[in-house]
Amino acid sequence: MEKVTTHTGTAAPLRRSNVDTDQIIPAVYLKRVTKTGFEDGLFAEWRDDPEFVLNQDAYQGATILVTGTEFGTGSSREHAVWALKDFGFKAVIAPRYGDIFRGNSLKNGLLTVELPTEAVEAIWDAVEADPTLEVTVDLVGREVRAGGETWAFEFDDFARWRLMEGLDDVALTLRDEARIAAFESDREAWRPKTLPSPV
Amino acid sequence: MSRTPQGSEEARPRTLAEKVWDAHVVRSDGEQPDLLYIDLHLLHEVTSPQAFDGLRQAGRKVRRADLTIATEDHNTPTDNLFTIEDPTSRKQIETLRSNCEEFGVRIHSLGDAEQGVVHVVGPQLGLTQPGMTVVCGDSHTSTHGAFGSIAFGIGTSEVEHVLATQTLPQAKPKTMAVTVNGSLPEGVSAKDLILKIISITGTGGGKGHIVEYRGQAVEELSMEGRMTVCNMSIEWGAKAGMIAPDEKTFAYVSGRAHAPTGEDWDAAVEHWKSLKTDSGAEFDREIVIDAAELSPFVTWGTNPGQGVELSGAVPDPAAFDDPVERTAAQNALTYMGLEAGTPMREVGVDVVFLGSCTNGRIEDLRAAAEVIKGRKVADSVNMMVVPGSARVREQAMDEGLDKVFTDAGADWRFAGCSMCLGMNPDQLTPGQRAASTSNRNFEGRQGKGGRTHLVSPEVAAATAVAGRLAGPADL
Repeated sequence: MEKVTTHTGTAAPLRRSNVDTDQIIPAVYLKRVTKTGFEDGLFAEWRDDPEFVLNQDAYQGATILVTGTEFGTGSSREHAVWALKDFGFKAVIAPRYGDIFRGNSLKNGLLTVELPTEAVEAIWDAVEADPTLEVTVDLVGREVRAGGETWAFEFDDFARWRLMEGLDDVALTLRDEARIAAFESDREAWRPKTLPSPV
Repeated sequence: MSRTPQGSEEARPRTLAEKVWDAHVVRSDGEQPDLLYIDLHLLHEVTSPQAFDGLRQAGRKVRRADLTIATEDHNTPTDNLFTIEDPTSRKQIETLRSNCEEFGVRIHSLGDAEQGVVHVVGPQLGLTQPGMTVVCGDSHTSTHGAFGSIAFGIGTSEVEHVLATQTLPQAKPKTMAVTVNGSLPEGVSAKDLILKIISITGTGGGKGHIVEYRGQAVEELSMEGRMTVCNMSIEWGAKAGMIAPDEKTFAYVSGRAHAPTGEDWDAAVEHWKSLKTDSGAEFDREIVIDAAELSPFVTWGTNPGQGVELSGAVPDPAAFDDPVERTAAQNALTYMGLEAGTPMREVGVDVVFLGSCTNGRIEDLRAAAEVIKGRKVADSVNMMVVPGSARVREQAMDEGLDKVFTDAGADWRFAGCSMCLGMNPDQLTPGQRAASTSNRNFEGRQGKGGRTHLVSPEVAAATAVAGRLAGPADL
């Protein structure tokens, strides 16, 4: 995976809470068997509306999405992360995320950080006043900077290290292959197996 | 073969969730997240193709095909078994079939007696048992927690990780108890209970916690009712939901295709009986609910936390103190085409959907059939009945339930996810309003522009007859 450290870009303000993964990408767009090409499904329900923030000229090219609380709740579809990335987003700022979405984002190098509602509102106001305002999401320093203001965010040490090093989870886990094998040799014999199939 | 913590730790009272967690820890070093062993990995066609691709690119195999099983559910048509008209849906199903063939994974395809919604199939085969870790690339994996297992949904990167290693790195969640004291009143179901819980907590209230549902009302639920409750744990943001196994659980597992037998059964039951929260164990949070206060519950908005008693009315957004909730309520009323103050019983519907991993099991079909028997679906309503699996369908037909539904004018269909999500041909059209026994009333969830009210099977059946939201007592 690509290493993630700091990203600077312009930001799009999505003034909504509870944007679930069905809204990020409706189910009808989940039919691809590849990991790319999902940008056409991003926020598909809203993309017909010329007023929708991503349709406004001022926010073309934005790489940071700033949105309300409970972003990415609901369905586990990793396609939501792929759609945001395919569209061009590198980072998301919100007060809180659905757990599965957050986990998925960090496995794909989409930098999702949590700031309090007041900070999100301040950034919304700032980028609405000046859509060209540069916003920096700094994973190394664990802070967001925009228009002379700085907001610190918390970020799990291990997840941060993984992102900054661009590490592959499967390879990391396979370093413990001997422990997995030892665990397996101790598993109770009555635990169910799918094979051979009795039906 | 003891995997309980050693020494002084052994004496510390633990919650059910901690016991199951501890028994699956492959590695716990305090720096990285714990590495958990996964007992059962369920696959379906939507969230697995890119995971298999990842394996192929890295030259990896499926480590434990014997702990892995696949079925076809999200894309499948429910009006016939063999013709998938949408070429992209067909391609996804064909990709699952070829991946299973290539990697040696068992699959139950369309037309097979065990095909159906993945969370209905696991329990019906007896693959879901107490004290397991169960994962699937589907957020409603929490369903399997009804057996006293830790079960949760994962993303496609994690699907690939489990296929390759049969483990997952996981930060240990906090624990929460939801204690439901007393008995549910007559006419109040497991669905009403969980919708009420979500309306109290909101969509993020369970975040970071494994929730244990307990108390008299939970103990009194059938296994299928318990699955309905655990299924919707994700709708209030919980990592997982679980219920301590008891004699009902053992009886439900007993005799199923994958249930242990003979001495294995005795050893399993002995272990399963230890799976309860010790007295003195502490939860990080607890919610207490009085079952006697509950009544049939329905949603009015566009997230599952926006619910109200069936006897209530559409709320006034101005009544919400929190500005974020107020705006969300306003947006929801606009999308739903509802006016504040309208009694829920006056909301007319076009479609009734009975099915899904929340309410597509045999007891759900029986409960709805009981209400609709001898009555007619209103002329203005299209009612779809979609069994959760081919086996549930067969069982319902053996009991004559299909006849009850078709006599009433409902549409009796084949098994699948169907109208729970707008991915297969069963979808709402823009502006159409549904009473649905599924789990999500998100904007566009059941089809672009569709409007969803989440309800129990009993309310769904009564609503189909009345043509507007109604309970059995209203007929």
